[in-house]
Amino acid sequence: MTLFIEQCLNGLQFGLLLFMLAAGLTLVFGIMDLVNLAHGSLYMMGAYFAATFTALTGSFIAGAVVGLAATLVVGMAVEVIAMRRLYGRDHLDHVLGTFGLILFFNELVRIIWGPAGLSLPLPGWLQQPLSIFGFQYSAYRFSIIVVSLAVAAGLYLLVMRTRTGMLIRAGASNREMVGALGVNIKLLYTLVFGLGAALAGLAGLMNAPILTVQIGMGENILILAFVITVIGGIGSIRGALVAALFVGFIDTLGRSYFPDILREMLSPTAASTLAPALSSMLIYLLMAIVLIVKPEGLFSAGQR
Amino acid sequence: MPFRLPPLTLRNVVVALVLIALALLPVYSQLAGDRFALTLFTRIVILALSALSLNLILGFGGMMSFGHAVYLGIGGYAVGMLAKEGIYSGFIQWPVAILASALFALVTGALSLRTRGVYFIMITLAFAQMAYYIVSGIARYGGDDGLTIYKRSQFFEALNLSSKTQFYYVCLVILYLAIYFLYRLVNSRFGMVLQGTRSNDARMRAIGFSTYRYKLTAFVIAGVLCGISGILLANQGDFVSPSMMYWTRSGDLIIMVVLGGMGTVAGPVMGAIAFLVLEEILPILIKLGGVPFVGASAAARASEYWMIVMGPLLLLVVLFARGGIDGLLNLIGDKFKQRGRS
Repeated sequence: MTLFIEQCLNGLQFGLLLFMLAAGLTLVFGIMDLVNLAHGSLYMMGAYFAATFTALTGSFIAGAVVGLAATLVVGMAVEVIAMRRLYGRDHLDHVLGTFGLILFFNELVRIIWGPAGLSLPLPGWLQQPLSIFGFQYSAYRFSIIVVSLAVAAGLYLLVMRTRTGMLIRAGASNREMVGALGVNIKLLYTLVFGLGAALAGLAGLMNAPILTVQIGMGENILILAFVITVIGGIGSIRGALVAALFVGFIDTLGRSYFPDILREMLSPTAASTLAPALSSMLIYLLMAIVLIVKPEGLFSAGQR
Repeated sequence: MPFRLPPLTLRNVVVALVLIALALLPVYSQLAGDRFALTLFTRIVILALSALSLNLILGFGGMMSFGHAVYLGIGGYAVGMLAKEGIYSGFIQWPVAILASALFALVTGALSLRTRGVYFIMITLAFAQMAYYIVSGIARYGGDDGLTIYKRSQFFEALNLSSKTQFYYVCLVILYLAIYFLYRLVNSRFGMVLQGTRSNDARMRAIGFSTYRYKLTAFVIAGVLCGISGILLANQGDFVSPSMMYWTRSGDLIIMVVLGGMGTVAGPVMGAIAFLVLEEILPILIKLGGVPFVGASAAARASEYWMIVMGPLLLLVVLFARGGIDGLLNLIGDKFKQRGRS
């Protein structure tokens, strides 16, 4: 039972982390109609910046804050230099152009930080296990849950309760009209892209102490983020949250319990060969099913 | 439709010359003793075949598949798995690989084609990743580490695929056949309908075509052709691994198609040559170009980072040269023609 609760918390933590990534992606998708494969690169940059600045300042918090700011700046620079020229073009152009950006960022990281990975050590106060209702859980993972929930709430307030958020929502439903009403669309786009980049960077730097910081770390998780945006419905932040939690739970619980379930149904040898393969494809299966039943995703942009 | 020769334009002449040059390559490799050129161009010919097949759905059908490399994996693993079980006969391996590719394309295509736009890109990607994870997880066939193939596919006594030159010609003949087949296909009624759905799907349906069936058929044909290039790739490398169908590989294939020129029969062949040759040459260019500026050792070190040039180069092609090499050749050809007239 304790294990089950722990796995559920891990699923929640992973889901919320994925939400950070997917929220930025879905915003950019929904508002600029841009397929941004380089989103994973920004996630990677966030992790590298945080690792570097933590080593420089000696403080995890300071490193994270400076790293986040640096990712925001990089994101806005990418928007001004490259992305701006891709709006309004074919999706194929987006895929190709941003694929080029992935190659560029991977190589840039190799030049600056070298091919070996970095590690981001945690401060002592985050390493100790935390006791919640008499039950032990990693303090760091718990803090990820808290930060992500805070960010999700902040994002909700920003998008639903502020003027900027109103413009963002308006931009998602009808871009031309917002431009025609005299809103500075260019600035809004740069801002939204920067916000997305910062969210990706935050996800990257929060995940960095759990995994190693390495080249290409953004690529695997990028695909997951895409799966989430597609399941949730492109452009819908609420959809991204629901889908991210779904994917987080299914992936985490699937990996720990699916082999056992399979063993009940099949012979032990067949189960042990099939289980790892099948449990890692569960989420792709989920996506395929969702798209077959609802080709526009669970919450399409119109009904957020 | 009777076969008609393509008109004599600069583009077609260049394409013909390239195809002839490919046939003469082993001669050069033999005379110059350049074994590497033969290996490189065998790879180019094989990947040109997969780019060609992707172009049928991407360029002519307007279906933006982002998981096409999965067929390289399916074709390759069909060969690898059968070889692992001791079946080396090409008469069994190849049909099984083709059948597996066709079946995968039929099932995933039937589901994917229900969606459109970004959703289609993503669902094709998801299916490819699913196959990637399945293969990575099967320990019997090497899992993540891949699977070594100890013997190449066997046909007759006379045909020895282990001979580099013979293998090259087998690949090349298959490529020629595929080019001819696709040329006939896209100019047939089927091809016209397919191109019609690319331009305006709703209108094609309104005039009574069941576009879904046409698209699905094209999707399966493309899958089978790419599956064949997977068979060849496995035989060339004597090795298959899940990375053959990783999504970045699908990205490479799209790059080849766009670099060569979408929606033209021979464009992807040029694109594959350009992409793979650039991969080899770019480090050398950086090394030579950098020597006067930063010195020999720094230039040699910088040449390892050729990707940093490749990435932005790709972005520039997308932004400024959408027609790819094919478009460029047509542009130059038109200039000549105008000059001739005036």
